[in-house]
Amino acid sequence: MPDKSDVWQGTLALMVLKTLETMGPQHGYGIARRIEQTSGNRLALNYGTLYPALLKLEQEGAIASAWGTSDNNRKAKFYRLTRAGRKHLEREARSWEEAASIVARFLSPAEEA
Amino acid sequence: MPALRAFIHRLRGLFGHRPADAEITAELDCHLQLHIDDNLRAGMPPEEARRQALLHLGGMEQTRQALRERSTLPWAETLASDLRFAFRQLRKSPGFTTVVILTLALGIGVNTALFSIVNTVLLHPIALPHPAELVAVDASKPNFEHGSISYPNFRDWQRDNRSFAGLAIFRHSGFVLTGSGESERLHGDYVSSDIFSVLGIRPILGRLFAPGEDEIGRAPLLVISQGLWERKFGSDPHILGHAITLDGRAFTIIGVIPASFDLRIGPFRAEDVYVPIGQWQTPALKLRAAGLGIHGVARLKPGVTLTQARDDMNAVSDHLAAVYPEDDHGLRAAVTPLRDALVGNVQPILLVLLAAVGFVLLIACVNVANLLLARSNARAQEFAVRLALGASRRRIVRQLLTESIVLALAGGALGLALAAWGTGAALKLVPAALPGASHIHLSPLVLAFTFFLSFAVGIVFGLFPAWRVASHHPQSTLREGGRGIHGSRHRAQDSLVIFEMAAALVLLAGAGLMIRSLVALSRTDPGFQPKGILTFSLAVPNSPAISTDDGTRAYIREVDRQIRSVPGVRAVSLTWAALPLTGNDDELLFWFANEPKPASLNDMHWALRYIVEPDYLNVFQIPLRRGRFLTDADLATSPYSVVVDEDFAHQFFPNRDPIGQTINLTDPEEKATIVGVVGHVLQWGLDNDASDPLHAETYLSLVQISKYGVASPAGLNSDIVIRADHPDTVFPDIQAALRRMNAQQVAYGPETMDEFIADSLAARRFSMFLLGAFAALALLLASVGLYGVISWLVGQRTQEMAIRMALGASRSHVLRWVLRRGAALAAIGIATGTVAALLVTRAMAGISIAKSSIIYGVRPWDPVTILGVIALLMFVALLASYLPARRAASVDPMQALRSE
Repeated sequence: MPDKSDVWQGTLALMVLKTLETMGPQHGYGIARRIEQTSGNRLALNYGTLYPALLKLEQEGAIASAWGTSDNNRKAKFYRLTRAGRKHLEREARSWEEAASIVARFLSPAEEA
Repeated sequence: MPALRAFIHRLRGLFGHRPADAEITAELDCHLQLHIDDNLRAGMPPEEARRQALLHLGGMEQTRQALRERSTLPWAETLASDLRFAFRQLRKSPGFTTVVILTLALGIGVNTALFSIVNTVLLHPIALPHPAELVAVDASKPNFEHGSISYPNFRDWQRDNRSFAGLAIFRHSGFVLTGSGESERLHGDYVSSDIFSVLGIRPILGRLFAPGEDEIGRAPLLVISQGLWERKFGSDPHILGHAITLDGRAFTIIGVIPASFDLRIGPFRAEDVYVPIGQWQTPALKLRAAGLGIHGVARLKPGVTLTQARDDMNAVSDHLAAVYPEDDHGLRAAVTPLRDALVGNVQPILLVLLAAVGFVLLIACVNVANLLLARSNARAQEFAVRLALGASRRRIVRQLLTESIVLALAGGALGLALAAWGTGAALKLVPAALPGASHIHLSPLVLAFTFFLSFAVGIVFGLFPAWRVASHHPQSTLREGGRGIHGSRHRAQDSLVIFEMAAALVLLAGAGLMIRSLVALSRTDPGFQPKGILTFSLAVPNSPAISTDDGTRAYIREVDRQIRSVPGVRAVSLTWAALPLTGNDDELLFWFANEPKPASLNDMHWALRYIVEPDYLNVFQIPLRRGRFLTDADLATSPYSVVVDEDFAHQFFPNRDPIGQTINLTDPEEKATIVGVVGHVLQWGLDNDASDPLHAETYLSLVQISKYGVASPAGLNSDIVIRADHPDTVFPDIQAALRRMNAQQVAYGPETMDEFIADSLAARRFSMFLLGAFAALALLLASVGLYGVISWLVGQRTQEMAIRMALGASRSHVLRWVLRRGAALAAIGIATGTVAALLVTRAMAGISIAKSSIIYGVRPWDPVTILGVIALLMFVALLASYLPARRAASVDPMQALRSE
């Protein structure tokens, strides 16, 4: 059980950080929505996965949170990327791209030949 | 790094620093509302909008739980609650807790104490840099495996070897300090220049000897110890360059050696002063064949192995033997790791003791496991209920383990305190027994050892009962009304007690044999009457009065007269190397009149040489077998006389009368006539005289050959032996008389022969004392264990016995029944233990202290010891069962039955 969720948690953290980088400070619902939309609604996020991931990132110092007001005037907790988070994102994104390109080479070896 | 930050956050969360529940609820609510808002905007009816949002988001409670777990450390919370529970449980039964902690404290305490000794003595015996490179270097000769090195050989070894980064020599000695307050005898060593650099010691003030400063004929220099510097010179920083007078000569102080240097290698010990070897005024220093008690120490070059060094030194000594056949034939360098030279003697016995404390700890663990077993049995119902209510077995085992580890750590902490106290007490009891004893302390390594030992012990003794509880089916326990897990538990408890009894018997047998050995040794006849003998030394700095042979002889006569005039003194003799059992020895090399002179010294006959005055026979009360002892008629001018012992007579004149035979002495080159035969005295120790190759003893007259012993250009130096009515109190009077005679001379180092004999057995007494204490501890623990089992049995069977009594069984019948049960357990334990003990003691007989077996003068299967130990154990076992048996017999049947 831990293996699968760890992988998922890792990628989820990357998605959260990237979302915050492109959109700026955002509340939990906004992050969830954005991730779902970006995935073409192929991912569905629920509380059970998103909020522990947010807490973990906050404990690690990659994001920070503060209470604010949403567009439709609701009191909401907003998350923003910290400097450490930005670096973390760069590093993770690079290693993810590298991993993806390696796997891609394996899956389409004909091109190289 | 981020992981660490997160961990700190969660750790803080453990202590309440975490998001409030209300905040979490607010955030999740907000999320839900925003989702509903979106759904409404998409045109859903309000009910549907809410339903869809909830469906999409999953369970609110699970999320809350996940967040809660994420914001703290769940395992730590469980641990904390287990700990709280454990403390509560243990507080509830203070008697049980106390017994368990005390038992463990004893078991862990003795292990810690012994480990701290082993740690220092065996694992870190040399407090110097890179100790593994250090080797002891001696000269091995026909009669001496580790004989002394002559100065010329040292110089050649030093020059020719390729293995040593440095080779140094030392010779323990003493000096009389005059001109700085009252005359005082200082301990010191003659050393070669590089002794300190070989050992890795730097001065705290000034410098060390430079190469060449240790050669014969150089300026007299001196390095002093920090102790002397503080005591005698008030830590004066300007002391360098000042001269002090030793044995009448001025030595210039060039350096101060730190007090932290307190090495003892054989006769070498870090003491007051260090003088270059070249300053030694004995003419024999230049002789290649001389045996002057000089030994060496060297540091191997990096990368050179012991074998390479030995091969190298063999080549060097073989070459010298070829060049100087007369002196060096049969002589080779002996290279030994310094560690072995220091602790080789005590290593086996320490390992025996370590095994013994291991046994004690095992018994303590078994006891505690038994107690826990009984307790978990009493709590069987509680666990059954919890299991039935859905607690996992893992959880219950974990909680029981937490309890036992808490107990073990508490026991360990108390054990540490016991060990700190006990080590000090044990070492004070027999200070001379162990090398480096002053370094023994509770180091971090010892603390870590104790911690891990306690932890492991907690798991070992806790796992067994925990496993039994967890493996049992809750239903059957509940059905039995919690009366317990009967049959199988009996067997477990019984076998544990049997094991304890057997282990205790093995330890008792070992200790018993050591006690018997010591008794046998103390009854050994040393060949003389030690009671009443006092020995001390006299140092007289050089002066015109003793600069001639006649002057020296007159001076010695006056010393004799002064001492003899002290009330209570019966006999007096100045001596040279005539103190058997004290480690002093000197050798006579000779050949018989009817033999050609051997080419090499090592091809001559060897015997021990005691240089004494005629009164020596009266001091030691050695039996005169034949002929006469030395007398005052043996004048300096008359032909030399020599008295030999029985072993000499037997070795060299097996079927002839030795009296009247002539021998040729080498040093001085004179002829001496055998005039008498006396009894053999044990030169090498009560226990290992027989194992030494050099046995034959000779007595020569001090007056005839004084200049080959007591008199040297440095002055007079002699051991004096007296027989007195009160040997332990007479010394101050003697000292006063000698000071009146000459204020410059110093009498020092009084020790009675009885003290010497006690010291020579110190290592044996130390190990006997410890093994005895461990065996007593084992006996105590085992009997407590038996007592516990029988008590428990009685408690379980109270009703059965009440019914029996109600049906007419007599109280004595019940008493006998319980006693029989205890005796049966003890008997099986004793039978097993006896077999084990016979195997163990046979192995012990192969282990030696110094050079002789730790079991001395008694057979390993000594029936007295074995039967005595069996009787003792049986008696204690019966006593341990008698107490609960009496309780059982005094039960009021009606009351016991009604309490059901």
